[in-house]
Order: sequence, then C-alpha cells, then structure tokens
Amino acid sequence: MANLRDLSSVACIVGVDESDEMGTLPHKSQLSLHVEAVTNAVRDAGLNMSEVDGVFTAGQHSPATIGEALGITPRYVDGTTVGGCSFIIMVGHAVAALHHGLCDVAVISHGESGRSQVGVSPRRDTAIPGQYEAPYGFGPAPTMFGLITTRHMHRYGTTLEQWAQVAVSTRKWAALNPKALRREPITVQDVLKARPVVYPFTVLNICLVTDAGGAVVLTRPDRAKDTAKRPVYVRGFGEGTEHVSLTQMKDLTFSEATRISGDKAFRMAGVGPNDLSHIMLYDAFTSGPPIMLESLGLAKRGEGVHFFADGRSTPGGSLPINTNGGGLSYTHTGMYGIFPIIEATRQLRGECGARQVPNVRTSLVNGMGGMLSAAGTLVLSSEA
Amino acid sequence: MEIDRPLPNPMTPEAKPYWDGLREGKLMLPKCRACGHVFWYPRVACPKCHTRDIGWIQSTGRGTLHAFEIGYQSFNRAFKVPTPYVLAMVELAEGPRMLSNLVNIEPDPKKITCDMPVEVVFSKLTDDVTLPLFQPVR
Repeated sequence: MANLRDLSSVACIVGVDESDEMGTLPHKSQLSLHVEAVTNAVRDAGLNMSEVDGVFTAGQHSPATIGEALGITPRYVDGTTVGGCSFIIMVGHAVAALHHGLCDVAVISHGESGRSQVGVSPRRDTAIPGQYEAPYGFGPAPTMFGLITTRHMHRYGTTLEQWAQVAVSTRKWAALNPKALRREPITVQDVLKARPVVYPFTVLNICLVTDAGGAVVLTRPDRAKDTAKRPVYVRGFGEGTEHVSLTQMKDLTFSEATRISGDKAFRMAGVGPNDLSHIMLYDAFTSGPPIMLESLGLAKRGEGVHFFADGRSTPGGSLPINTNGGGLSYTHTGMYGIFPIIEATRQLRGECGARQVPNVRTSLVNGMGGMLSAAGTLVLSSEA
Repeated sequence: MEIDRPLPNPMTPEAKPYWDGLREGKLMLPKCRACGHVFWYPRVACPKCHTRDIGWIQSTGRGTLHAFEIGYQSFNRAFKVPTPYVLAMVELAEGPRMLSNLVNIEPDPKKITCDMPVEVVFSKLTDDVTLPLFQPVR
C-alpha cells in the first residue's frame, strides 16, 4: 500500500535563480531565458551542468529542446503543461523521480518572452474556445477570471475595495525587492481609479506581462551534502485538475483542483495551516489569492480577503503572503509558477534582505493553471 | 453588414446539431439518452455516465446570469462589438452553463446582477452562423 508520507522530505531544492534580466527584453529569445535561468540556478547550487540528468519544463519548449540547448543528455524528462502552476507540480514529479533513482539532479526550467514574444509561436487546440468563447469576446485571462470574481462578490459580498487590498499588500512587498518591476507605493483608491480593463478589474488588479526565466534545481539529501547552499526540503506536494473551460467548473467561487492539491500536500508533509510561517500564492489577479486561501482551507469561504485587509499578509504581518511582490508587482511572464518556488526557497534560506521574514521555518507555495483549472501545492521547509 | 465578431472556428462535427439548430432559431443542447444528463459543451461521450448515446433537446432559452464582466476594450482584432460590452456566463434552466454576451442592457455594473433572469436572442452573423446571445427577461 502506497503511503504519501513516504515521499516527504526525500528530496530538496538546492538551487534557484532567475534569468540575468527580467522585464521587457526584446533582445532575448525565449530559449535564452531558459538557458540563463538554468545556468544561474545550477551555479547557485554549486553543481556542474554535466551533473544534471533530469529536465523538467512546461510551455512551448519540450524538455528535449532545453536539454539540447544546455548541451546535456538527460535520462529523465517531463513536459507536463497544465498552465502556470506546471512548474510547482513538477517539483513533486521531480521528487518522485529522484526518490526512485530515475535521475540524480533535476532541473525545472521556465523561460517566457511573454511581453516581447521573441521566438514565440502559439499552438493549441481551438475547438472549445474557437466555437464557444471567442465569438463573444472571451479570450485572454482577464476576460475569464472576472467571471469567477463577480460570482464571488455576489455570493459573499466581497467588494472591489477588498480585492484592491491584495494589490496594495503585494506592492508593499515589491517595494522591498530590488528585482520587482513596480515598486512605487499604491493605495486602494489608486487601484479603484486605475484604467478599467474588464469589470471588475482595473489594470492594477491584473498581473504584469514580462519577459523572464526562472529555474529550480533539486536533488536527494545525500547528494545535497556538498551543494553550495542550505537545502530546502520538499515536505509535501500535491496536484490536481478540475476543468479547462470555466463553464465546466462546479463552483466558480471554489477551486476543487486547489483543494485536492493542498489536501495531498498537507497530508504528505504532516503539517496544518497553523504550522505555516510564509505563503506564496499565484496572483495573476487580485481575487486569486483570497480564493486560493479559501480553497486550501486556510480561510473560511468568503473570508480570504481578510488576510490582506487586516495586515496579516503585509511586511511585519503574522502570515506574510507573496513577499517577492508577486505577479502583480514583481514579474509575470504568463506561466508564473516557477517564481513563487524561487522566493519561498530564498525566504527559507534567509537570503531576502529587506523583505526577509524572520524565522521562516515552513513555507506554502500554491499556484493555479488556467482559471483555477489546475493547481499545485508545495510545503517547503528548512528542516527535513 | 460587416461581421463584428470572430466566426466560430472550427465548427466541430460533434457540435453540428447545435449550429444547425441556431440557424433555425433553436438553442439545442446535448442530452445523454442513457442517464438523461443535459450537458454543455457538445462531445461524443456523456461526461457523467460516459456512454456514447447522445441525443439533443431544444432549450427553453431561459436561464439566469450566473456571472458577468464588462469589457472596456476588445481583446481580439476580429471582435469589433462597441465597448463597453457585457461578457456573460448563463446558467440555462436545463442546467448547463454557457458563455455568451448579455445584450439590450446598459453595460453598467450597477444595472447588472448575478442570478437575474435572462432569455436567449438569436443573432445571425452569416448564412452558416447564428449565435445565441442573452437579454434580461422583461
């Protein structure tokens, strides 16, 4: 009988980094962003590229393309692509592969020219969106996530001011992160009065669109003894998918994929909500993190926004959330999921300077793919 | 008249009764002959009992506005409906939810509420394509 607990802390994150630059990078191809991020993360781990034998990536490149670009011949590859959380899910896949000896050093790579579109070619099955969405003006994420948001407002009385608090809290963290793209302080009124894009969202409720890469290196604890930095243990992981088309989501105000992924991660880690000292959530929209907190069982239904409005989530608060400045203010390439893993690792290592949360022992990373369609959750810890 | 929306592309074989029905002013929904489940979107196996015996029923065209957004810009060059416009998720009386636009209403968040009753109106784009839009029940 398989036991989830057997996979707890059997592998650890030993290297993380972004691409050399982040932001608007018309002079860099998408593939270059991958290569920069991986070489930086492998250096952060104190390993040589020749030791990497597992390659994981999502999006437009196959892991074979990444292996080739890096000049390595991996013996384990994974290209699971279920949206922006794919990289979070891949941490779990990498842990399982490492545990069973399918590879010894795994790298998860993300590179996306989301703003400049250098070397980008969209290719997807259009049967559902082409027939049932596009004729009405539906398309990019803001035209979808707003539906989730207005339903939540109708059901729970959530307000535009409360969503705006998420942007304000996240910007406070961004102000402390030199790598964040938007660092000037904002107020709730700034968010409400910003350019309307799709009601209920103004532009300040919606993530940035940037070019960047990010990578995460994992290995087993025995192999981590001679790596450069203190290892960060993957105590729990989980994944799930519910739908792709929003019409197929059972309850627009609750993500079943998120619940499934979180439940599995918590059970594997043997921790509960009270054990967390730091949280990273996928903030493509201001309404995302509160609904994720509710779906994870960390907040009562309809009350996720309270974490942001009452100061718990902000610098100095009791449960800091999105300390890198998030997709809203730090960076968001399109598939953001690698970046919250990088930030959680840095917080657990104590490398975060002005934004360092004191005494971080256990960090939760949760992300969505699509419109809360897929989800991945990690419980990361400085101790096994 | 200029076509102001992206035409459905592709129109899949499993959705043919839907598109055929719209041309005749009927909103047709797939219904499983084995378990009776009425579902959206058309597919070759019932998403509930997974048998492949799929029939079709005509919807009353009545439902409620489950969720909405107001678009202040177009996100597709082929979508030329004047802004602002209302993006809608409708829950049909038969159960399924579909995406559409809410029309014949002021695109003002104060005038639109979730769960308001709506009904289908048919909008002919070409000889092949008619779309189901929705308006408030008067």
